[in-house]
Amino acid sequence: MSGEQVGLLVDGALFTLWLTLGGAAIGLVLAFLAGLARVSSSKVLRAIGFVYVEFFRGAAVLVLAFWFVYAMPMLGWQFEPVFAGMVALGLNIGAYAAEIVRGAIQSVPVNQYEAALAMNFSSWQRMRRVVLPQALVAMIPPFSNNIIELLKASAVVSVVSIPELAFNGQLIWSGNGQAAAVFGGLLVMYGALALIFTIIMRLLERRAARSVGRQPDPGWWTRLRRRSEVPA
Amino acid sequence: MEGTKEPMTEATSAAPVRAHDGNGEFIKFAEVSKRFGSNVVLDDLSFSVGAGERVTLIGPSGSGKTTILRMLMTLLRPDSGTISVNGEYLFHEERGGQLVTASESHIRRVRSKITMVFQQFNLFPNMRVLRNVTEAPVHVLGKPKDEAAERAKELLALVGLGEKLDAYPSQLSGGQQQRVAIARALAVDPDVLLLDEVTSALDPELAAEVLDVLRDIAKTTDVTMLLVTHAMKFARDVSHRVLMFNQGKIIEDRPPEEMFNEPRHERTQSFLRSVIDET
Ligand SMILES: Nc1ncnc2c1ncn2[C@@H]1O[C@H](COP(=O)(O)OP(=O)(O)OP(=O)(O)O)[C@@H](O)[C@H]1O
Ligand SMILES: [Mg+2]
Repeated sequence: MSGEQVGLLVDGALFTLWLTLGGAAIGLVLAFLAGLARVSSSKVLRAIGFVYVEFFRGAAVLVLAFWFVYAMPMLGWQFEPVFAGMVALGLNIGAYAAEIVRGAIQSVPVNQYEAALAMNFSSWQRMRRVVLPQALVAMIPPFSNNIIELLKASAVVSVVSIPELAFNGQLIWSGNGQAAAVFGGLLVMYGALALIFTIIMRLLERRAARSVGRQPDPGWWTRLRRRSEVPA
Repeated sequence: MEGTKEPMTEATSAAPVRAHDGNGEFIKFAEVSKRFGSNVVLDDLSFSVGAGERVTLIGPSGSGKTTILRMLMTLLRPDSGTISVNGEYLFHEERGGQLVTASESHIRRVRSKITMVFQQFNLFPNMRVLRNVTEAPVHVLGKPKDEAAERAKELLALVGLGEKLDAYPSQLSGGQQQRVAIARALAVDPDVLLLDEVTSALDPELAAEVLDVLRDIAKTTDVTMLLVTHAMKFARDVSHRVLMFNQGKIIEDRPPEEMFNEPRHERTQSFLRSVIDET
């Protein structure tokens, strides 16, 4: 591959990274809003959360991206493709993650809620100070699956002409015909990106475990080092 | 009987409906009924507790002792009847000259005088010991942080945990956790402290530590206490009155010496025998 082609792949990887981060940020906000709505005492909020989750869990990211880029302008809203891609990804992953938020909140033992009420916290304080910090620990591992899913789904939005990794890969391939080299390279790059996200999420997970006084599992690095310290 | 203190809370400007007056009725249950499905747990129950009084509830399993405490803590609502604390209804308020179901904000205001220590401690695992104790004073009562921390340290020293301020609950023994829970409850300056079998989850040795702390608190404060316990010697030492429950009714209500030495009711006699046999 030429230097120019490698440059294209790097640019593509940056777009992919950008789409994933943007989609994750939008998805995270939506997940918390919808997840909290689903456990709220208000029927209306619960219904809104339910409709959002059910609708966008089923909505194909591909179709959402088309919708924002080609259909919305006809209704008078112009979306820039990268932003449209992020929104499409965020709406979809947010619906999955909302269920994680809800499940994690509901997994906090009811006696924590009761203790918080006995301390006379308001209902928002109970959520914010007692329940959510504990629920967060349970959310992080499934969130890290979500973010990998999001990374892979970002390839789909290349259809609205976002020059991300998969898009640029196809571009190079149509120029040089070297399928094995090009797509092999892409797999490695997606793998590397996934690894970076996994490592970051593992660090967050350990941090969250510590924040509730749990000793996090030692990571593989610590375990390896410990083993090497054992005297022969 | 001692325990006639002035109610600690100042009169509210909104002139609450007075359910009753007098320190003899600081807590008042009037014709309270509660059922779960077809299981009638409390049946038209009426009793009252004076300000500063310490009252132990005893009775067989399922007789409704926990239900009473949980209603006072507003974790459960009665099906009928009224509960009032310091002259204010817990679940009712006056609107347009009528008693109506209380709003959340009314309940929260009346609840501010009441707190509870649970059998399973229920400390907040996401907070270190000190913050477990300061969180409500700071965020509910609006105390300045340093003032709340000072008071929390005093209370934690009182329960013998002055050295554990930075530990997480998961790093403490059950007895230590329960003592933190007691400090946490006292930190909100309650008028009413509810204790539901607070030593039942503990080994005898650890239970003894917790009971000693509670004896101390009973001696040095005038907080009104409702306790459910199987530790009969402790109940005898700290309480002014013992109420014997059976099937949702009070069948005997007497000072501890009398209750334990010469129970009148046959049901009380057999209950006390069974508890003493157990321990
Ligand atoms: N949430 C609930 N749903 C259904 N039934 C309940 C509930 N809480 C309590 N009960 C029932 O109400 C009755 C009284 O329970 P309660 O916990 O008040 O008894 P208790 O006197 O505290 O007993 P114990 O000494 O075993 O703690 C029991 O028959 C119990 O099964
Ligand atoms: Mg009970």
